[in-house]
Amino acid sequence: MATEWPQTRKSGLADALRGAREMADQHYGIWSWIATVDHKRIGIMYGVTAFIFFLTGGIEALLLRTQLIVPHAGILDADQYNRILTMHGTTMVFLVIMPLSATFFNLMIPLMIGARDVAFPRLNAFSYWVFLAGGIFLNVSFFTKNVFSGELGAPDCGWTCYSTLSSKAFSPGHGVDFWALGVQILGIASLASGFNFIVTILNMRAPGMTLFRMPLFVWMTLVTSFLLIFAMPVIAVALFELIFDRLFNANFFNPDKGGNPLLWQHMFWLFGHPEVYILILPAMGIVSEILPTFSRKPLFGYPFVVFSGIAIGFMSWGVWVHHMYTTGLGTVANSAFGISTILIGVPTGVKVLNWMATLWGGSLNLKAPMMFAVGFVAMFTIGGLSGVTHSVVPSDYQQQDTYYVVAHFHYVLFGGAIFALFAGFYYWVPKFTGKLLDDRLGQIHFWLMLIGFNLTFFPMHISGLLGMPRRISTYSEGQGWDFWNLLSTIGAFTIATSILVFIINFIYSLRRGEAAGHDPWDGRTLEWTIPSPPPHYNFEKIPVVHARDPFWHEKYTEDAEGRPIPVVAGAANGHEGEAHEDPGGHGIHMPSPSYFPLIAALGFPIMATGLIYDYALVAVGAAVLFVGIYGWALEPATEGEEA
Amino acid sequence: MTLAEYRGRGGAEVPRDDQHVAEAAHVEKHPGPLEYAQIGSILALITGVEVAIYYLGLAHTLLVVGLMVLSATKFSMVVLWFMHLKFDHRLFSTMFILGFILALSVFTVALATVGGKLV
Amino acid sequence: MAQAVGTAHLETSTGLDNRKLLMWLFLGSECLFFGSLIAAYLLYRDRSVTGPYPGDLFDIPFTSVSAFVLLMSSVSMVLALAAIQRGNVRGMQIWLFTTATLGLLFLSGQAFEFTEFNHEGLSLSTNLFGTTFFVLTGFHGAHVTIGVLILLSLFTVSLQGRIQQKDSLNIELAGLYWHFVDIVWIVIFTLVYLIQP
Repeated sequence: MATEWPQTRKSGLADALRGAREMADQHYGIWSWIATVDHKRIGIMYGVTAFIFFLTGGIEALLLRTQLIVPHAGILDADQYNRILTMHGTTMVFLVIMPLSATFFNLMIPLMIGARDVAFPRLNAFSYWVFLAGGIFLNVSFFTKNVFSGELGAPDCGWTCYSTLSSKAFSPGHGVDFWALGVQILGIASLASGFNFIVTILNMRAPGMTLFRMPLFVWMTLVTSFLLIFAMPVIAVALFELIFDRLFNANFFNPDKGGNPLLWQHMFWLFGHPEVYILILPAMGIVSEILPTFSRKPLFGYPFVVFSGIAIGFMSWGVWVHHMYTTGLGTVANSAFGISTILIGVPTGVKVLNWMATLWGGSLNLKAPMMFAVGFVAMFTIGGLSGVTHSVVPSDYQQQDTYYVVAHFHYVLFGGAIFALFAGFYYWVPKFTGKLLDDRLGQIHFWLMLIGFNLTFFPMHISGLLGMPRRISTYSEGQGWDFWNLLSTIGAFTIATSILVFIINFIYSLRRGEAAGHDPWDGRTLEWTIPSPPPHYNFEKIPVVHARDPFWHEKYTEDAEGRPIPVVAGAANGHEGEAHEDPGGHGIHMPSPSYFPLIAALGFPIMATGLIYDYALVAVGAAVLFVGIYGWALEPATEGEEA
Repeated sequence: MTLAEYRGRGGAEVPRDDQHVAEAAHVEKHPGPLEYAQIGSILALITGVEVAIYYLGLAHTLLVVGLMVLSATKFSMVVLWFMHLKFDHRLFSTMFILGFILALSVFTVALATVGGKLV
Repeated sequence: MAQAVGTAHLETSTGLDNRKLLMWLFLGSECLFFGSLIAAYLLYRDRSVTGPYPGDLFDIPFTSVSAFVLLMSSVSMVLALAAIQRGNVRGMQIWLFTTATLGLLFLSGQAFEFTEFNHEGLSLSTNLFGTTFFVLTGFHGAHVTIGVLILLSLFTVSLQGRIQQKDSLNIELAGLYWHFVDIVWIVIFTLVYLIQP
């Protein structure tokens, strides 16, 4: 027999919750954003936040490049340089590229698979708020010393924060603590996101959408999500080990007690190598959507591109030691990993060849998304090639810790990921704003950025091979590095100008942009079947999928030579009864908004601050986390449901 | 339309994973409380054997192999029966085994590379 | 004969419940988490520069009882699930409470062991054994604690009559988590306690 709770107590709490949700259920006002669980809004928040961090990281880069413009420039001292350098790297990896990928996962995945939202909308909101909390926490570190006298409190150990530099003995301030705890918080966001998108993609596809009819971006998101859920726990453990060493005198990396600092490198790169594929696979997915659309041809070798992505996912676990060739692990280890690293270039090469074959013979539409996508293929290939030179052990002995490595990873992460993410922006953001960006400004942005990017990073191959080490705050003249550094700095400011053009374009387009309509690009996939911006329920009726590139298949059949012919307007191309009208979406129940993801998320930065400054705060943070989680667990997911 | 409606219309293109599930469920009889208690006893027994052979003072390799086999057996029994993987959809097993094998492989290689010893 | 709810025909592309899929993914990912901690322990196993060493401290009979308790808690957990799948709410409540109690018993054993070791001079900072042992078993203990909280929460909610046969998935999910925590201990018991340097 169930225990009966006093009626008043139970209904009072329920009423309060219901009132809060009603307030948030209105689709306008700041509270509706704070409590939103709508993937489109979450995607927008991710995108705006990540872009702000992109500007932050970009300013950090400009500061670094200004310091390096000439020998002994005297703009930043060594301490400031190290901190800005660390934050630039950490920001770009964790606060820019990963969240920008998450932006597109959020905006696009439900639309591309014909779903109304993700599998766990509140978990989705939680991911965003935790990301925001982690990003703010990390950046607050700047201000923990006397900023006005030029003392920055940010971490200064480099984005890889190797031991024993990271130990309390060699990094006595709080910088490294902020780094370790900040990245730990961010890891939680990524983990939650990974779980969410795997379940969404496996379980929420529209009828008829088999795995091999999924758009390639969805495939890459699936592989990336698996990498996330398996790699993040490893860095979580590594960070706990570092935190325990620093806060509680544990001995994980303490050589005096027999600990091995190399353990950090292994743990970091065991995570770190899958991490770089986490950074690039979504970008590859975006490009695999844009190239076919703007060539008016299907993706060449779709199964090969899919299997290459999966292969890259698996193989990414077997190459991490290539970051550690110079640590003295011995010839057997180095050779084995050298071979595995060379091999991982193969599936990537397969993708590049398939992209090129997609373009070949296509009817090319060189709008901004296409320019950035093609730019990706070219720049990423260059970065991939320098990566191949790294895989060869003896040549890596020369390149390790020089600017050659800096060149390599900027070619793949900037020339690669960032170019692809901009491509995705020009391509998809009109779906959500309802306005196209101006294409002429987009072309200017592209060319300025391409030139600026190559001017910045190509010389680094040269200065690196001429011996210029990484992570140095200045250099002396007469080593042959001056000219290349000058070029790089000019390039950096050129990039900055191009970003300015982009910002102007975006703001202009929000006000005066040409209306996008449903389908501005004559697209191939489901997101182009709904209005721009989409209604909050996405699809009036969940579509039925009969083929890969389902929307293209609906719009066009083929003539005798395989050229697309538009289907006669009004004809349903064999699929009567599935037209895309949208009379208003009445009776569609969407998940209710909730404040609890935000509340739960707040627990983490409070606990982290407590670990650094006052243990009492840890208890407070834990309490906030518990309240958030219990509220979340006990509130029904959709109004009217039982918990 | 919903997935259920689509299937009701004879949509043959949707993978009929649920059919697979229904078959699997009818092939094996689900364990009941009695079977669970029996498995519990076996687990307790194996634990006893583990402790016994610990005290036997065997050669190190023999001890290690023996203990690994016994604990692997306990591990598998809990996973297959208590966690019901033996009777559930293959996808669940795939998810778990993926993580498990990955962890096993990656850390074996890592320990070998750093010169650590597994046993 | 009641089928596990997770295999019922659902309107998902795989026919499987979202939350059950999520739980198995989570457990797969936890393999990497505990794998890392175990690897660190194994790496440092006989590299402590000073004592105390495992042989000095371990009380195998005590820990065996502790391991037995956790194993039995898995039995009671699955009996709780079997009960609710047949609609036996009272039975589920009894077995849930039993599981939580056994879990608490295990945790008390851990607490006792930790205090004993501490008295014998082992702390997080003493040597590699102290560091890796306390962190590995500490995280395991934290997982058990969270499990006990989940079980007690479910028990409390069930007292309000809010867990019926149709809600058995909640118990199943809690069970999966609980059994996982048990199998991690099976691994730890062997690799840490029984196989010593």
